[in-house]
Amino acid sequence: MLRYLAISICACLWLGTAQGAGMGYDEARHLLLRTGFAPTQDEVRVYSALTRQQAVDRLLAETATQARIVAPAWVEEALPPRREIREMAEEDRRMLQRDAVRKGFELRVWWYREMLETPTPLTERMTLFWHNHFVSSLEKVKGPQLMYRQNLLLRRYALGNFGELLHAVARDPAMVVYLDSASNRKSQPNENFAREVMELFTLGVGQYSEQDIKETARAFTGWSLDRESYAFRFYPMAHDDGQKTILGRSGNFDGDAVLDILLAQPASAEFVVGKLWREFVAPQAPAVEVKRLAGIFRSASYEVKPLLRALFLSDSFYAKENRAALIKSPVELLVGTARQFDIRGIEPQLFALAGRQLGQDIFAPPNVKGWPGGENWINSTTLLGRKQIMARVFRAEEMPRNVSVSAGEQGRDARIERRLAQMNSGVFDVERFFSGFAGNEAAQRVQIEKLLLPLAPSQAIEGGAGAERITFVRLLALDPAYQLK
Amino acid sequence: MQRREFLGALGFTPLLSVWPNLAFAAAPASNYQNLLLLVELKGGNDGLNTVVPYADPSYYRLRPRLAIRREEVLQLDQRTGLHSALQPLLGMWQAGELAIVQGVGYPQPNLSHFRSIEIWESASQSNEYLADGWLTRHFKSYPVPSAFAADGVVIGSQAMGPLSGTGARAVALSNTEQFQRQAHFADDVAAQPKNAALAHILKVEGDIVQAASGLTGGRVLQTEFPKGAFGNALKTAAHVVAGKAGVAVIRVTHNGFDTHNGQPNVQQRLLKELAEGLVAFKAAMQEINRWDHTLVMSYAEFGRRPQENASLGTDHGTANAHFVLGGKVQGGLHGMAPNLSQLDGGNLPFGVDFRSLYATAIENWWGLDARGVLNGKFPKLDLLRA
Repeated sequence: MLRYLAISICACLWLGTAQGAGMGYDEARHLLLRTGFAPTQDEVRVYSALTRQQAVDRLLAETATQARIVAPAWVEEALPPRREIREMAEEDRRMLQRDAVRKGFELRVWWYREMLETPTPLTERMTLFWHNHFVSSLEKVKGPQLMYRQNLLLRRYALGNFGELLHAVARDPAMVVYLDSASNRKSQPNENFAREVMELFTLGVGQYSEQDIKETARAFTGWSLDRESYAFRFYPMAHDDGQKTILGRSGNFDGDAVLDILLAQPASAEFVVGKLWREFVAPQAPAVEVKRLAGIFRSASYEVKPLLRALFLSDSFYAKENRAALIKSPVELLVGTARQFDIRGIEPQLFALAGRQLGQDIFAPPNVKGWPGGENWINSTTLLGRKQIMARVFRAEEMPRNVSVSAGEQGRDARIERRLAQMNSGVFDVERFFSGFAGNEAAQRVQIEKLLLPLAPSQAIEGGAGAERITFVRLLALDPAYQLK
Repeated sequence: MQRREFLGALGFTPLLSVWPNLAFAAAPASNYQNLLLLVELKGGNDGLNTVVPYADPSYYRLRPRLAIRREEVLQLDQRTGLHSALQPLLGMWQAGELAIVQGVGYPQPNLSHFRSIEIWESASQSNEYLADGWLTRHFKSYPVPSAFAADGVVIGSQAMGPLSGTGARAVALSNTEQFQRQAHFADDVAAQPKNAALAHILKVEGDIVQAASGLTGGRVLQTEFPKGAFGNALKTAAHVVAGKAGVAVIRVTHNGFDTHNGQPNVQQRLLKELAEGLVAFKAAMQEINRWDHTLVMSYAEFGRRPQENASLGTDHGTANAHFVLGGKVQGGLHGMAPNLSQLDGGNLPFGVDFRSLYATAIENWWGLDARGVLNGKFPKLDLLRA
């Protein structure tokens, strides 16, 4: 009876806010969860008082173009020229590779620290979005310095101009290596970049012919890197400056001219809008909405902010049927949990390893199409992995260090699991966490459930209101609904 | 085969000890105790440097730097040879357990990795988009007995491929011990929520619960597997087969075949891992008397361009050579040898539709009808001995 009373009091409080000038608790939680990482109770409270417009304008005004966390010192070190690498003794080359692997790991840790500490999670979400759109991977690029510079580029334009970003990406050294532009010469064109720039960066599949790809590859011949410095460099001798016909237009096009042709196609804006819709709103993008938003995108000359503003203010964004309709990515799950619960002292390396284990190895997407996301995030391996990590953070079982994996077990996954088991997963202070919520125990629990889960738990909480606080939180974090946003 | 006959046959074979549950399963007239192992050569293996037309001058003209020299080829006949890294497979070739199907592809080929693998894994036409994988559709029509741990298991990849979509009991895992250790986190929730994302998660939980109980208590394998990701994936596959309840299909992925540059060293390593892994897998299946009930098929999104590129590599192509092996396989060369003097826009025309491989597996290996799932009749290949 008491518990019921407490619930109704809370419900009244929320209703009170919802009927005021602000967007209310539910919408604020939804907006922050969808556009950033899982918010804290305080963050939700602040945004509850704002109208939708005020809230979205504030999110967009606070974005950044640079990282706050200082990068490892080696990012400024020069890479040895390729010729030198070729001539190295086998031993030295292996050392170089090992060194690159270590640096790649530090790079991931750097980005995770940025995501954990940033005051503008939307900047990170958009940087991740472009990382998954203009894919490059350490697996092929090798030079971690180049991947670092690409991250700076994606970050600079994360909420900037898509057209400018596209032109810059085509010259980005990591991309030039990743999609083989470096070996695209007049004598022997390499079609890799040409195909992906149309299929994955702009038009989308089915909007061009094989012939368009061949002609586009010709336009990009000679776009390569300086052999010493790895800076972008155009080699006129390798460039095919003949007549090309691309998407029905003919001329002596170079790469930039082709990119402008692609940007002039309505399909390009629609393709990017559809992808943003699936990132922020719902798994299926209705054609009418995509067309409307693509119109806004194009009339804003491909500026990202006006598009996101329209997207975040659309009725669909807040529609009932779209709530809890998306699955958190591994990065969102990990960073969101650490931020929402203010878990202190986690070894940042843990994020890099756990992310990889859950299927999102940042700086190394699986292929040029990136992570497919959505329901693909969850299969039996990754779901169990997610739960294991949650159980550990919320101390379901005192983590037996070292014992969880039999020592003899082979393979990368087993190695990662072993290392994960040895890492410090931080301290969650459940008493401090509870103190952030008003009212008595029952009221606190109702609010906590509302903050953590976008819909009712699938499983009844064992022991109900009587469960220990830590058990209560853990069961919520292990509930299937916790995977949703 | 009628159900009674099937059960009767089972009773007199050594299978019974490995498959105690099957005798009690409501077995349809199918042979799901016949395992299909699909091996994805991800990225698009270069078939021409795998199954080499070493007697064809066009081959050497198209690949002045990349061609495998005649004296390095493992000769299979007067004009066809294997890449030397495949040496470990020669034993199976000589035993007549290794079939090589050349010229596998499909009409109006698509040269995008993603689209082409989608076509292969959904068994669609080139211009047709199907939501479910071909095995998912097949298992929906012809369910696997519920006593099986799962319809299929995917190892070494996040993508469910031919088992994607809804309706099949498919489980992805990287390692059976780890899977067992963690499975207690999953719960079988009976709810059928409207929220599609939640429904997906609940279904995965249910599949985990069932698979975890079915993969325990099997035979312990002694066979050693080669180190490395692919060897580990096959080792896990063998553990799954040795589990008490088994599965009908396993898909393993061998990564890294997208050799746009520096192909020779990369392909050498990958093919060696492939051959050594498959030899170990055969040994493991023999150890549990399952080799005669094992059919291995390789597949990939496409083959590679006959003309080498400027970076000591090859670009995306079309038709490709694939391997089929197992204790009941009719070894030898099948399909259509590459005709390098008659390329179509620089690419190889295909001679065998990939759906013929699927039809052969469904009809001749499992004894079921493939016309529904393949949406048409594709000629079966003579790949299995009676």
